[in-house]
Amino acid sequence: MSEHISAVTDATFEQDVLKSDLPVLVDFWAEWCGPCRMIAPILEQVAQENAGKLKVVKLNVDENPGTPPKFGIRGIPTLILFKNGQAAATQVGAVHKAQLAAFVTPHVNAA
Amino acid sequence: MTVQHLPLIILGSGPAGYTAAVYAARANLKPTMITGLEVGGQLMTTTEVDNWPGDVHGLMGPDLMARLQQHAERFETKMVYDHIHAVDFSSKPFKLTGDQGEYSCDALIIATGASAKYLGLDSETAFRGKGVSACATCDGFFYKGQDVIVIGGGNTAVEEALYLANIANHVTIVHRRDKFKGEKILHDKLFKRRDEGKVTIVWDSTLDEVLGDASGVTGARIRNVKDGSTQDIAAKGVFIAIGHQPNTSIFEGQLEMHDGYIKVQSGSQGNATATSVPGVFAAGDVMDHVYRQAVTSAGTGCQAALDAERYLDKLNA
Repeated sequence: MSEHISAVTDATFEQDVLKSDLPVLVDFWAEWCGPCRMIAPILEQVAQENAGKLKVVKLNVDENPGTPPKFGIRGIPTLILFKNGQAAATQVGAVHKAQLAAFVTPHVNAA
Repeated sequence: MTVQHLPLIILGSGPAGYTAAVYAARANLKPTMITGLEVGGQLMTTTEVDNWPGDVHGLMGPDLMARLQQHAERFETKMVYDHIHAVDFSSKPFKLTGDQGEYSCDALIIATGASAKYLGLDSETAFRGKGVSACATCDGFFYKGQDVIVIGGGNTAVEEALYLANIANHVTIVHRRDKFKGEKILHDKLFKRRDEGKVTIVWDSTLDEVLGDASGVTGARIRNVKDGSTQDIAAKGVFIAIGHQPNTSIFEGQLEMHDGYIKVQSGSQGNATATSVPGVFAAGDVMDHVYRQAVTSAGTGCQAALDAERYLDKLNA
């Protein structure tokens, strides 16, 4: 996927996200979603800036229909920050860099 | 933070911005495009584009934007993925402040476009992402075989209703007037889906409240504007398609505006895209509340590049 962002699937979600020691930011996205493409470069930067403190992963909702309904997702992009297996914060829709940083920072530094 | 000085900056990455970039680059103006948050603009959330001349069989909005971007990059437009949140036109060079850096430039083309508007209801905000959406192409996927409502009566609303009719079980479109605005060919398509029983049209009505519970949206309360009566319609999704507002808030107090749109000189004597500040030009939906088409935006984007070229020529003469 990229150096700092990996893909998760329905099959790997529990292991990679819910059982992760680090906080995990999950980007629920799809190929046909324009705003998802818009936030991709910003996610990449946030992943890079928080390397070692935060894991950033993407879940393609088209290919993985099992996971989104578990978290009530009805729109994309949706970003959910998981800590200790729990959804700690949710952001729906495209965001700019400052908003994404503000969304992530409290959860990363408090860890 | 260091300030990057650039001869020409183009703000925005819709049809106006990319076309301005192609023309400016071919004039050797070495343009830099700052894309903004919504890279690709409104067409990124549009499905079928059937009125882009030359594309005989139509194409998808995001595909058109990818092609326009490649075209701009082919002539070495520098792309910067930043979002400008403050500008200063009071002295030269012009100063721009983004999330990631500061920029200055001798000439500026504003093509920041317009963004989807919400009604501003509390219930609408509360259920955003839990059943309330302004993007059918993004979120229609989640409503396979379910009932949905579309609010609005312009081209966007009719297109969204048609798109959702292929995915959802049933679509109800709610419009505050008794006929649709926009292209007749789209209306005929929608009436055909209505006759098939796939779509219901509710005229003369507005959204009063989005209804829902912990699971998300469960329906909407609709008010008839003629007699004030209300009815509740059950649905899992409510798509808001009531139009767009220009992205001009950062220019308030620095450029002359009209109803939130940037005022340009217009007319047929050249320099049509000039704003109230010499060296600042505007193109596309940010200055046009009438035509608002991909192709008219591209047209004014071209004009802005040519106007900027003439301005920079004089400046450097």
